[in-house]
Amino acid sequence: MAYFLQLLITGISIGSIYALAALGFVLIYKSSRVINFAQGELIAIGAFIIYALTVWVHIPIWISLVITILISYFIGLGIERTFLRPMIGQPIISVIMVTIGLANLLSGLVFFTPFGTLPARYPDFLPDPIRFGGLIIKWEQIVGILITTIFITILMWFFTKSTLGISMRAVADDQMASLSVGVSVKKVFALAWATAAMSAAAAGFVVGSLFGLEFGSLTAIGLRVFPVVVLGGLDSIAGAVIGGIIIGVLEQLATGYLDGIVPGGGTGDVFPFVVLIIILLIKPYGLFGTVEIERV
Amino acid sequence: MTESKVISPSRPSDLGEIQLDVNNVEVVYHDIIQVLRGVSLEIPRGKIIALLGTNGAGKTTTLRAISGLLKPENGFVKAGSISFEGKSIQNASGQKIVKSGIVQVPEGRRVFKHLRIEENLRVGSITRTDKKQIAKDLLHIYEIFPKLYDLRRKQAGYTSGGEQQMIAIGRALMAAPKLLLLDEPSLGLAPLLVKDIFERIKTVNQEGTTVLVVEQNASIALGIADYGYIMEQGKVVLEGTAEQLKNNPDVKEFYMGVSEGKRKSFKEIKSYKRRKRWM
Repeated sequence: MAYFLQLLITGISIGSIYALAALGFVLIYKSSRVINFAQGELIAIGAFIIYALTVWVHIPIWISLVITILISYFIGLGIERTFLRPMIGQPIISVIMVTIGLANLLSGLVFFTPFGTLPARYPDFLPDPIRFGGLIIKWEQIVGILITTIFITILMWFFTKSTLGISMRAVADDQMASLSVGVSVKKVFALAWATAAMSAAAAGFVVGSLFGLEFGSLTAIGLRVFPVVVLGGLDSIAGAVIGGIIIGVLEQLATGYLDGIVPGGGTGDVFPFVVLIIILLIKPYGLFGTVEIERV
Repeated sequence: MTESKVISPSRPSDLGEIQLDVNNVEVVYHDIIQVLRGVSLEIPRGKIIALLGTNGAGKTTTLRAISGLLKPENGFVKAGSISFEGKSIQNASGQKIVKSGIVQVPEGRRVFKHLRIEENLRVGSITRTDKKQIAKDLLHIYEIFPKLYDLRRKQAGYTSGGEQQMIAIGRALMAAPKLLLLDEPSLGLAPLLVKDIFERIKTVNQEGTTVLVVEQNASIALGIADYGYIMEQGKVVLEGTAEQLKNNPDVKEFYMGVSEGKRKSFKEIKSYKRRKRWM
């Protein structure tokens, strides 16, 4: 039982990283129907900026986190302005290609910095793990779950209560109608990218503090986003969260229970996709994805 | 204005101060397709103006030219001028035009299907910052359309056509327009609902909003309008007060489906139409 709980807790904490990463992805898809292949790179960049501020500039890590989230807001705006804005009105597939190019560009640029080759760690900033009844819970895991909870609460509030947030959902529904009442679609796209970069930075912080700062494994989180959003529904925030946690937990359970049985192991990487396919067979829009409303 | 036949000396400016002046506007889509070929309209403040015409006459394009919604369709105003309350607005951005007080209700309603009704209405207030007045206006829209209040938590995609038209009008009203542009509010609605919607439009107008309504249903539009323009092939071909247009035999024949004397056979009407055009 303790073993199961241990896997569950680890799974939830890893799942909350996926949720944060997927959140940004969902926001961009929701408002502009663009699939962002550069989400993993945004995660890595966020994690590196926190490291640079903490280790090189000697700012306390929590303040670095807040500053980095603010910087990421502007990185998101900048990326939208430079790479995506000129593509407005072009076919979606071209815009998606631009995000693939962006991912390559960003990972290329990372190799101009020490982070490309140098696996680093954040200095220890949290107390020793909590132990009771055979369970080991790292503070990093708790912090990860907390940060995800805070982010999601703020975003949920934003999208249901503030006029700007509601307008972002409106743009996702019907751009022409949004324009007709004066919603700035450009501003909405920019804001989606800014929010995506912010949640990516937060995810980068949690990944970095749990597993260290290795460029390849940071960007790999970006790829994990795909099963999460397909499972949860490409355009659902709640889906991103629940999908993230399901994938995280399934991964851990598979690793914990199946790796011993299956020769070669590595079931953690496969099992979530098996479940994914089964769920999609039953619910093709994902668990919480928007089903097109057709009035007959 | 030289091109159109004026039935009598009555001009739009006789009805009041001209709020919107569309002067000889030409609109081109995709750089090559010319849709408007010199359209001139004068919209007096506080009145209801009907813009009538058949499919493809350029009515919607005229509205888009006014409301700044041409750009997403790759169109632009090539020549002519549009001025609202003395300020030039041709080719201005949609937001700027909404802020200056012109809001368009798009054809086919275009409600935000996945948003609740109240959320739909709130999006309409995006360009405004006066929170207290916005809250008051929301209540007032529920007064005009009590049904929307009852359904306010319902997802707009699951409401009926008439309700969606109310949502679309309410959403536009949340932007506090001085001039409301309506594109075919009767489209796809049952006759009773159409009557109801037009009564609400009349109410909105009586509260001080100027209305420019594009319609194919000429009799209902002229029923509430003060003045009307008739467009064909990208030009205004006839204009006059609603009374004058209603009594014009050509308008009756072409747009209201009634002709003088005995009923004509299908064949006769076809040949009549072919022989006699506005231009």
